[in-house]
Amino acid sequence: MDDFILRALVAGLGFASVAGPLGCFVVWRRMAYFGSALAHGAILGVALGFLFELSLYAGVLFVCVTLALALVALERQRGLTSDTLLGLLAHGALAFGLIAVSFLETVRVDLMAYLFGDILAVTIADIVWIYAGGALVLALLALLWRGLLAATVDADLARVEGVPVDRVRLLFLLMIAVVIAVSMKIVGVLLVVSLLIIPAATARRFSATPEQMAALASVAGALAVGLGLWASLRFDVPAGPAIVAAATGLFFLSLPVPGTRLRG
Amino acid sequence: MQPERRAGELLVDAQNLSIRYADHVALDRVDLAVHAGEIVTVIGPNGAGKTSLIRAVLGLIAPSTGAIRRRPGLKVGYVPQGLHIDDSLPLTIRRFLGLAAPEATRRVGEALAEVGAERVVDSPVQAISGGEMKRVLLARALLRDPDLLALDEPTSGVDVTGQAELYRLIQTIRDRRGCGVLLVSHNLHVVMAATDQVLCLNRHVCCRGQPEAVSRHPEYLALFGPHLATTLAVYTHEHDHRHGPSGEPIVLGGPGKGEDRGHSHG
Repeated sequence: MDDFILRALVAGLGFASVAGPLGCFVVWRRMAYFGSALAHGAILGVALGFLFELSLYAGVLFVCVTLALALVALERQRGLTSDTLLGLLAHGALAFGLIAVSFLETVRVDLMAYLFGDILAVTIADIVWIYAGGALVLALLALLWRGLLAATVDADLARVEGVPVDRVRLLFLLMIAVVIAVSMKIVGVLLVVSLLIIPAATARRFSATPEQMAALASVAGALAVGLGLWASLRFDVPAGPAIVAAATGLFFLSLPVPGTRLRG
Repeated sequence: MQPERRAGELLVDAQNLSIRYADHVALDRVDLAVHAGEIVTVIGPNGAGKTSLIRAVLGLIAPSTGAIRRRPGLKVGYVPQGLHIDDSLPLTIRRFLGLAAPEATRRVGEALAEVGAERVVDSPVQAISGGEMKRVLLARALLRDPDLLALDEPTSGVDVTGQAELYRLIQTIRDRRGCGVLLVSHNLHVVMAATDQVLCLNRHVCCRGQPEAVSRHPEYLALFGPHLATTLAVYTHEHDHRHGPSGEPIVLGGPGKGEDRGHSHG
């Protein structure tokens, strides 16, 4: 197997294993739109990375974390729903990002690579970012699991029972920011949310417990990465979209399985 | 397993509690105290501030003015009105109850038995009925071995027979555990039989006292109308009894003999 394929596989599988459990919480908490909003802002992060000659991961991470914190701060204001605030922040950040990119005349910015990923060009440094970020997120998830689950079921009940709901929620938002930042090379920021929610959706009907669903989502994501990479090489199609298409295909294939229970 | 609870001990004491939002006053200078072994029922029409009151007592919202003192180390069991759990979350009742506390999973069977809902232990949370959910929520509160049980509309969406059963269950729990009970209800004319004190709320406290006294209070009658109000007295007949060793009611006297209460928690 060629080195670049091996690197792509290692990066993709690493990402899928983190996206599985985190994506389940995105689905349970109905936060797909939050993920998309952060991802829109990522383009500003790419531009900032180029402008300040930083790692692009650092730039994207900075913008995503800032957006998550801004959302939490703005939510304290009454009168607007978080849905509206998300749209405002996301498209604002996207607009500023596109303006910032236009200043980068001297650098040829291949926006497509960041929007849709370039998994076949993954370097060892990318893999280090993915695994470091992924390990951090998985460790936090394991640590916060019961509290995060309790807060997902009912925030007030969890609060009365002593779960630090606001802190847990903030950490959860930051985890999403990290995962979006490290997804850049794999499927790109425009498609990252699909790898959070589609494997989780596929896993749902085969799961009786939250932990089962988290594990199965990782498996579904890993399968999609493998299938997508294979299709990309075999049919010479772009790898990022091929992975997402494979995940979507798996979801629809999983639908008419007789004898499985829809609910836990 | 039960820790010693001093009967009659003050659990929660809210004084001069006001909650103001930008455009309206939800609660206006309300005093409320709950003692161990005591059942306090808060009734009032929609928008009377009942939910604000219980949320403030639980520490979920901060009062605008006034103070809430909780006994140090007070453990509160909260029974919310209902839960909406997204269909996408696969969760059995066992796991749901296990979320109550780190070591709760081992005692799930025990708690479900106490509320008479053992059957649903392996059901998905989304698949049980409203009445079963009320019992499950009660079990979750009991898993914390609470000093104070706070119940928000425990009988909403439950049929009349189910309501009576739930009230009896809450009373049994109080008798067995000696915890204090704070119960909020929009049901104006059905007050739990064993209620020690009724607080009739309409942003401010209209009147308070033992159920019969409240049902005759002019402000109560003005708020709910004499027609609705009369039914309160019907249910308080059951108040005139006390409980024998195994919890069976012992009738003390006929309806309307107000003063001699069976329950004394002093």
